[in-house]
Amino acid sequence: MWRRILSRLSTSLMVAWGSVTFAFLALHTLPGRIEDILAGDLDYPGLREAIATEWGLNRSPAEQYLDFLLRIASGDFGTSYVLRQPVGGVLGSQVMPTVQLALAAGLLALVLAVLAASATAGRSRSARALAALLELLFASTPVFWLGILLLMAFSFSLRWFPVSGAQGWQALVLPSVALALPTAGLLAQVLRDSMEKTLEQPFVVTIRSRGLGEWPLRLRHVLRHAALPAVTLGGWLIGGLLGGAVITEKVFGRPGLGTVTLNAVLSHDVPVVLAVVLMAAFIHVAASTLLDILYVLVDPRLKAQ
Amino acid sequence: MSCPIPIRSSSRSTPATAPLVAIEGLTIRFRADGPHRPAVQDMDLVIHPGECVALVGESGSGKSVTARSLLNLVGPGAAVTARRFEIDGADARNFGPADWQRLRGTFAGLVMQDALVSLDPLRTIGREVGEVVRHHRLLRTPAEIRDRVIRTLDRVGMPDPDVRASQYAHQLSGGLRQRALIAAAIAGGPRLIIADEPTTALDASVQKQVLEVLRQRVGEGAGLLLISHDLAVVADLADRVLVMRDGRVLDAGPTGGVLARPRHAYTRQLIAAVPSADSRGSRLSSSRLETAGGPTGNSVIVRDPLPPRPPIGIDTVLEARGLTKVYRYPGRAGDAGRLAALADVSFSIRSGEVLGLVGESGSGKSTCAKILLGLVEPDAGWVTLLGQPWSGISEKTRRPLRRSLQYIPQDPLSSFDPRYRVADIIGENLLSLPRSRRQDRIVALLDRVGLDAGYLKRPPLSLSGGQRQRVAVARALAARPALIVCDEPVSALDISIQAQVIDLIAELQSELETALLFISHDIGLVHHLADRVLVLNGGRVVEQGPVEKVFLTPTQDYTRTLLAARPGPLTDRLGPPSPARRE
Amino acid sequence: MSEATPSEAATLLSDPSGRTGPAAPGAAIRRVIAVLWQWKGFLAAGAFLLLLAMVLATPHLLTAYDPLEGDALAGLRAPNATHPFGTDRLGRDVLARTLYGARYSLSIGFGATAISVGFGVLLGIAGGQKSRLLDETICRLFDVISSFPGVLMALLVVTFLGQGMLNVAIAVGVAGIPKFGRVVRAQTQLARNADYVTQAYIYGRSRAAVFFHHLLPNVLLAIPVIATVYVGTTILAVSSLSFLGLGPQPPTPEWGVMLAESRDVLRIAWWPGVFPGAALTLTVIAFTVIGNALQRRFERRG
Repeated sequence: MWRRILSRLSTSLMVAWGSVTFAFLALHTLPGRIEDILAGDLDYPGLREAIATEWGLNRSPAEQYLDFLLRIASGDFGTSYVLRQPVGGVLGSQVMPTVQLALAAGLLALVLAVLAASATAGRSRSARALAALLELLFASTPVFWLGILLLMAFSFSLRWFPVSGAQGWQALVLPSVALALPTAGLLAQVLRDSMEKTLEQPFVVTIRSRGLGEWPLRLRHVLRHAALPAVTLGGWLIGGLLGGAVITEKVFGRPGLGTVTLNAVLSHDVPVVLAVVLMAAFIHVAASTLLDILYVLVDPRLKAQ
Repeated sequence: MSCPIPIRSSSRSTPATAPLVAIEGLTIRFRADGPHRPAVQDMDLVIHPGECVALVGESGSGKSVTARSLLNLVGPGAAVTARRFEIDGADARNFGPADWQRLRGTFAGLVMQDALVSLDPLRTIGREVGEVVRHHRLLRTPAEIRDRVIRTLDRVGMPDPDVRASQYAHQLSGGLRQRALIAAAIAGGPRLIIADEPTTALDASVQKQVLEVLRQRVGEGAGLLLISHDLAVVADLADRVLVMRDGRVLDAGPTGGVLARPRHAYTRQLIAAVPSADSRGSRLSSSRLETAGGPTGNSVIVRDPLPPRPPIGIDTVLEARGLTKVYRYPGRAGDAGRLAALADVSFSIRSGEVLGLVGESGSGKSTCAKILLGLVEPDAGWVTLLGQPWSGISEKTRRPLRRSLQYIPQDPLSSFDPRYRVADIIGENLLSLPRSRRQDRIVALLDRVGLDAGYLKRPPLSLSGGQRQRVAVARALAARPALIVCDEPVSALDISIQAQVIDLIAELQSELETALLFISHDIGLVHHLADRVLVLNGGRVVEQGPVEKVFLTPTQDYTRTLLAARPGPLTDRLGPPSPARRE
Repeated sequence: MSEATPSEAATLLSDPSGRTGPAAPGAAIRRVIAVLWQWKGFLAAGAFLLLLAMVLATPHLLTAYDPLEGDALAGLRAPNATHPFGTDRLGRDVLARTLYGARYSLSIGFGATAISVGFGVLLGIAGGQKSRLLDETICRLFDVISSFPGVLMALLVVTFLGQGMLNVAIAVGVAGIPKFGRVVRAQTQLARNADYVTQAYIYGRSRAAVFFHHLLPNVLLAIPVIATVYVGTTILAVSSLSFLGLGPQPPTPEWGVMLAESRDVLRIAWWPGVFPGAALTLTVIAFTVIGNALQRRFERRG
């Protein structure tokens, strides 16, 4: 088992290193000088020189690469030339609202999906058809359109929730619902599918023959099996939530990483975008590593191998 | 369930003889089946305490559905009706879900086939065995529950019960796993045990031990409903037998009586189609029981003979010397990471000869087959085919010779390309023929295996198990091989279909004088078919020689154990029911 | 199950209900209706996609208005007889813009899917071969690509390459490569270890013959089906990026762009924010339904 976990950890480190390398290569293979790319549309005296010193552009590519790796590893993502501040500081102040949103949406999606799947898997045809229809609908609805519809209904017409901002819990409700529903739709599809596969397993008959009712059976036994394939989706889910948060923040005018990143993209603030993307990649890698290790711990069959 | 006739509870007599289950006129219909042919039709079933009742039948006979209806676990979409349906003296037709749940595990326990998938693989044996007790709150404290788990595991003969309780199903051997499954079923102290093919996936020696565990429970006063496709398995254990086919009970009565004087032709066929030493040289599918003189007289099996076989040739088709194969597991050092799948195995097959290869699971049968088929290289030793080197050569050198050695697998469906139809499957082994003549040859081959030209365009998925195996036989014959390796070719088939396929293989073998390497776990089948036999155990040859010599006068202990473990031939019991069986 | 004799089996196959003789016309009609009802989702989705194809080919037949030219004096009119979907802030007909918008959203979606499928199939088949090193390398490459969340990866690409339809298609397409690649790799490995491949070697067929006659066809068989399922999600991703302002720029009548524009007038007008979104969602649903139905059928046939 430890062998497996260690190999998973080393793979993750390799992937993290690969993503940094990928970013470095992308930066260097682009047409044009690095100074121009990093400067974007900006031009003020001393900018290009500042970039050249910070990135060590006069040194050999190998040295630059090593330097880049070391800087990222120590958490230094460089300087935003647009905002004239260290990237870490720019992002640091915006992290909390995004994390709040992603967490709230993630939890909501998980709860909805588990409830929907447990309640309908293998049950009557009409219940399943209804659940399947809703899941398809939500999974196919773009986050931003859902956000627009929610805004129309609950902010402009009913005036229950604020139109924008991040003040108080009320401001979190609509964005997290908009972000959660499509995710919940997809997750519920996967969960119900694997619950139905599990319900066909012979051991379910054995468990029923011990006198367990449907809900104890589902929550104590079946859900655990069904969660296994869903766990592999965990990494993708977290990535999706981070990406979706960017869009949701734009729809609801919420402050956060999304707004900063979008502004950075439009003003060609490469260091900021690079930092956000790399951070997201690291979070993704860390989360899926954790989930994979969890998977090994949950499934004794993997421990043995 | 509805019933116009009220059930009088006064019909119950004293508790000692009150039946656990009393069912009359049970009919089970699946919505998907449509109006005709219910899965079970008009069935009567009574089980008393301390009695073993067996349901015997082939797949689709309705035996499992009947068993599950006793726990109301038939599944969704099923309509169960009965004139009388009493469980533990209560009319079960009025039971709600809560009544059934109360009953399950405490009144009746269910043991299914293959514990690897019938126990929750994510939970320890201890938790699985203790679940009934915990769920029904039979015992409260963890210590009491643990004690019950350990004692129950001990009762089913599990060694080191406290160690096993913390292990998972996949960590136990097949036999121990099946014991754990029985323990989980009896932990709540049920008075009725329902065992649905409890030993089907097990080797003969393990099967015997597991049946012994069930026999002990019956001895202690539990009622046992035993479901099996194999009359021989139930013959030892059951007091009464019900033979089912297509949802109907064809034959019922005390075991000895049913075996000795089967009333229905199907039961006779079921008994007679079992291959054994006695059936050598005859057609299994022609087997029938005929009663010798009067209604009380004993039955004799009558079979039509197979066409006479030409004498075995003198030239060697395949020779294997000192075959050795060691598998290594990564991450484990030394001997722990090494498994000798095959050690110093030598044999040869002459032209037109049938060599049986017998062994239990893990004996090295499959590794041996793979080496002979040129799919795996031996670590040591060599193989020659028709006098030419066959192992240790490149695939390119091997390719021209490949046509002389063909293969009939256990599961033909997976060996057919899913995009192919019957004609393509056979045609791929006829690529040397010009296209114009290929079609005729395919039709001729299909005809040889008893299928007509209408099958040419059929996708294999639409064929029955027996038909698929016929196509596999035709495909192997297409290459006009000198030797065919048959790897458990009938072990997935019902006994009557098995008889047909074995007859086909035997007939074609003697007609075409093709040599066969026939791999099987079924000693009776090998005895029926083979000229010589090779007994493998732990990758080593235990004994080899002419079938009669090895099976009738075995010199090795292992061979003797193997022979003793198989359920005795049914024909031994043909005779008047011995008074000792039912006191 | 008892084995049917050849002739019995033939009858059973020709008439699945097991009945023989001509069926009553009423029963035949009922059976047709039952089949139609069973396939209702598939049929509805198919009908919608046909309609969409028509919109793609000849949008001018379906609306008289120009998607780009508007009457500034007739801005933000609610849906009415002349403008069934109403008009936007600049007085452009929302129906015309929605119809013409299908072109952009679908062509970027198909382009991105083509990139994902092309590279995914190549890398997946290569990864499914015998070489451990190649397989490991390709798997890690997939891991690296998929460690960047799709939207953020696209942000990076657009920062480097600039806004535009092609760049968005490239960004979404590259992000989708691991999805296809992993499926194809798994399929390839499954097929490589399948009994029918072993059987082909036993026939004496060469490695190349096995690859081209058994492996490749069985792997490629699944591709169109998987691609159909993913076209929907790809269109979704593409329109998200357009919504963020990274793809086609206003006044292009792309659905995502239109929805971004509607955000500013949401307080006073619902129609510019509803119709393009509904068109987008229905398109995604249609592709998903068709793809899933094909996949189920595909899996059932083995």
